[in-house]
Amino acid sequence: MTAPLVSVDRLVRIYRMRTGMFGRPRGVCAVDGVTFSINRGETLGLVGESGSGKSTTGRLVLGLENSDAGSVAFNGSRLPAMDTPEWRASRARMQMIFQDPLGALDRRLPIAAQVREPLDIHAVEDEAFRTARVQELMRSVRLSDDVGQRYPHELSGGQRQRAVLARALATKPDFLVCDEPVSALDVSIQAQVVNLLIDLQAELDLTMLFISHDLRVVRQISERVAVMYLGRVVELGNADDLFVSPQHPYTQALVSASPAPGRRRGERIVLSGDPPNPAAKPSGCAFHPRCPSAFARCRAEAPALVEVAPDRSVACHLTGLESPAAVALGAVA
Amino acid sequence: MQPLVSLDSLTVAFNGVKVLDGISLSVGRGEAVGLVGESGSGKSVTWLAALGLLPKTAAVSGSVKLEGTEILGAAPATMDRVRGGRVAMIFQDPASALNPVLTIRRQVGESLALHRGLSGAAIHAEARRLLDLVGIPDADRRLSAYPHEFSGGQNQRIMIAMALAGNPDLLIADEPTTALDATIQAQILELIRRVRRETGMAIVLISHDLGVVAENCDRVAVMYAGRVVEEAPSAELFDDPRHPYAHGLIGSLPPIDGPRRRLTAIAGTVPDPKAMPQGCAFAPRCGQAAAPCGTKPPGLRAVGENRRVACVIDRHAGATDIIGQAAE
Amino acid sequence: MARYFAIRIGRAMITIALVVTFAFVVLRLSGDPALIIMGPEAPPEVIAAFRKAWGLDDPIWMQYFDYFGAIAKGELGRSMRDGRPAIALVLERIPATLTLTIPALLLKLAIGIPGGIFAALHRGSLIDRAVMIGAVAGFTVPSFVLGLVLVLIFAVQLGWLPSGGQETWRHAILPVFTLGIGGAAVLARFTRSAMLEVLGQSYIRTASAKGVSWRAVVLSHALPNAAIPTVTIIGFMVGTLIAGAVVVESVFSWPGVGRLLVVAVANRDLAVVQCILLLVAATMVTSNLIVDFLYGFLDPRLRSREAAGAH
Repeated sequence: MTAPLVSVDRLVRIYRMRTGMFGRPRGVCAVDGVTFSINRGETLGLVGESGSGKSTTGRLVLGLENSDAGSVAFNGSRLPAMDTPEWRASRARMQMIFQDPLGALDRRLPIAAQVREPLDIHAVEDEAFRTARVQELMRSVRLSDDVGQRYPHELSGGQRQRAVLARALATKPDFLVCDEPVSALDVSIQAQVVNLLIDLQAELDLTMLFISHDLRVVRQISERVAVMYLGRVVELGNADDLFVSPQHPYTQALVSASPAPGRRRGERIVLSGDPPNPAAKPSGCAFHPRCPSAFARCRAEAPALVEVAPDRSVACHLTGLESPAAVALGAVA
Repeated sequence: MQPLVSLDSLTVAFNGVKVLDGISLSVGRGEAVGLVGESGSGKSVTWLAALGLLPKTAAVSGSVKLEGTEILGAAPATMDRVRGGRVAMIFQDPASALNPVLTIRRQVGESLALHRGLSGAAIHAEARRLLDLVGIPDADRRLSAYPHEFSGGQNQRIMIAMALAGNPDLLIADEPTTALDATIQAQILELIRRVRRETGMAIVLISHDLGVVAENCDRVAVMYAGRVVEEAPSAELFDDPRHPYAHGLIGSLPPIDGPRRRLTAIAGTVPDPKAMPQGCAFAPRCGQAAAPCGTKPPGLRAVGENRRVACVIDRHAGATDIIGQAAE
Repeated sequence: MARYFAIRIGRAMITIALVVTFAFVVLRLSGDPALIIMGPEAPPEVIAAFRKAWGLDDPIWMQYFDYFGAIAKGELGRSMRDGRPAIALVLERIPATLTLTIPALLLKLAIGIPGGIFAALHRGSLIDRAVMIGAVAGFTVPSFVLGLVLVLIFAVQLGWLPSGGQETWRHAILPVFTLGIGGAAVLARFTRSAMLEVLGQSYIRTASAKGVSWRAVVLSHALPNAAIPTVTIIGFMVGTLIAGAVVVESVFSWPGVGRLLVVAVANRDLAVVQCILLLVAATMVTSNLIVDFLYGFLDPRLRSREAAGAH
């Protein structure tokens, strides 16, 4: 089996804040030991609510922030340290697109100039080649030629996001991180952009990390999914299976909370309590205050992410290898 | 039976540009109606106009009847009584929808004083009861707190408590859960369902999220570019949408289970209100548009018992079977 | 709470020290007091004696330390012109200045705030435009131009009011008015934009949706929020009560602190200038402190943040 393209091992990121000028520094642990890997040509969906640490993880995976512990390996070797020439060169291999396309584009430059910029920065081939490549990119994201001469504020939300995508793909990166790229768009425009991403992935053999809070979109575009809660991965597995039979109580609640027309009105799981605050993490399993099935061990000990079935890992004391759930999934003969 | 609220040919224009073009909709007692649309559909403007909450620069015409009585253009004092007392409205982004410098007791108490004539200790007691009802823990102490001391989900609960304070017959919820996390969204929707069960209140749920509307409403109206394009019972609409836009919109929702399929992507974008197409507003993007679609906007016609569609083409009867042109 | 103030008072002290240091250096670098006070015809021995008497021959850093040492003991120096203690000179002029600045402040508040609120409530109307044009005129025209024009019209042409001096209460009318108009204009504009900002917020719509009458929305919901930024400007205006009338006092020959400052600077009367600056800095800083305190009172969000920061 070929090695994964991106491999993340026990990643940790702690933000240190000072409260006031003379306050004591506090640490907020945004990412608390995250491990996963992404195979070439595959999309891993990263799902979670606010405070889950998914956006921070995305930035760490790209090397846009330095982690406090753990490592990220790209194509077998560790990511170079930030701001070194090797790091800058690696930008051509991995890119990111964000939630707010207007903020990601320069208001004063026409679109074509911005799509071209990565080619200029990495000194790709020559003038003629770059001009032709820009046209090719515009066509591949289905933007008409005249859009290239316009400015970001003259475009619609969907067009801007496609322009950002064209720019991200300029240097033919192997890896693309998408951080909530469609959340700010209307439903029908979301569909356009999601279809485009799926097509481009197939065409260019792109590997993607797709970060979103919207389960439905994540399921559409991802082969595998990781669910995060307060900085940890609580469940990881094949997208279809995970949403059909979620094992972790949080995933179950999340799936139940995703409204969908025409779904059988099964038992609705409504979590009690407030959304988590990363600055005040509960002891043991971070989810235990809101978990309907929590018991004593959950308060004391944080569960590790263990593989309970082929291509399914869960971090929960209820789904150990001998649990009924694991048996149901066929992990134990 | 007379509907609780009925809008008839409601039209709104800003500086001569029409953003709402003849909306006709009714809400019965205790009913849950969903209003779906994307940006520019006018779904929020409809109810802001009905309650007289638009700025003076808006030109509003048509009819808005509350149990048979016309309230559009009514005197400010009358409207002040209707707002909160008969029809309450809650908005998106609860954090900014509450006054940051007034305590919760003051803000909830304001409604209680206005619509229920309470004062003094009675206000405190009733406000506490309302906070308990919506699930704010430690209500007694929390009454003296300010909005910024609560989370987004709790702020939305407080908004609901404020809305309930006047004992309204109808609650308009304008994207109440859009700014909230998924699990908190589920909590709020569950709360709204429970309140409806207990009080028999009617609700208009406005959202761009089809799933939210499907799961919580009996009847759904789909809006596009300032017009209602389809109105049907919830289950029927999602099983079998008739209007091409409704069809496209429902198709662009990724399924959470079942086989994956390519999403329907409606080509093009919503028209600019300043440059609306001549006939049907959706025609330029419609895969089934034919000649009569460009001449004049189709009105809502009845299809079956309780459905209305604003389209001259019958999708069911094959490719382009145009319903009688004179139908209007 | 005590910690909140302690930090701010500490910063205030630093600010005052910086202001005085600046004045100290600039005054000594820009001319020789001995020459100016004794006159250019004075014989060199007289100049030398003057310089020695006032310690002007010492290196500048020594003069600086001497000065701060003296302040610590409560001595603020003596006027080089007439030998009296600087502080006495300044204090005897303060009532005159306050006779102008306090009524002017009241005028600013009485015209500026209602004007701004009214303009915001009737945005886009003729009245709004008129108020705004008036406001722009009010703060663009320099105070000495306004003062001189008013003198021209009311004192010279019409003869209704006196043009200068401090004899009767009538003498105060033109200076107060000149001082007040500029400030009222600034305040009107500021209040208007603060109100407009608040009126555009979501919670105003919520209040209307609750059935609160428009009058109550403006008074109970909008004004308390609009007060927060407005208080900043008012605080600044209060801070200028002592020395904010420099130009106007000169135009109208009003014997206040401002006039004293102008004369003292011209004469390089070091102690007097430093004393006035110390007083101005202290007043400004105190009014800022009061404004900070008021913020905490007006905006509950700041109270919790400070409480959190103190831990």
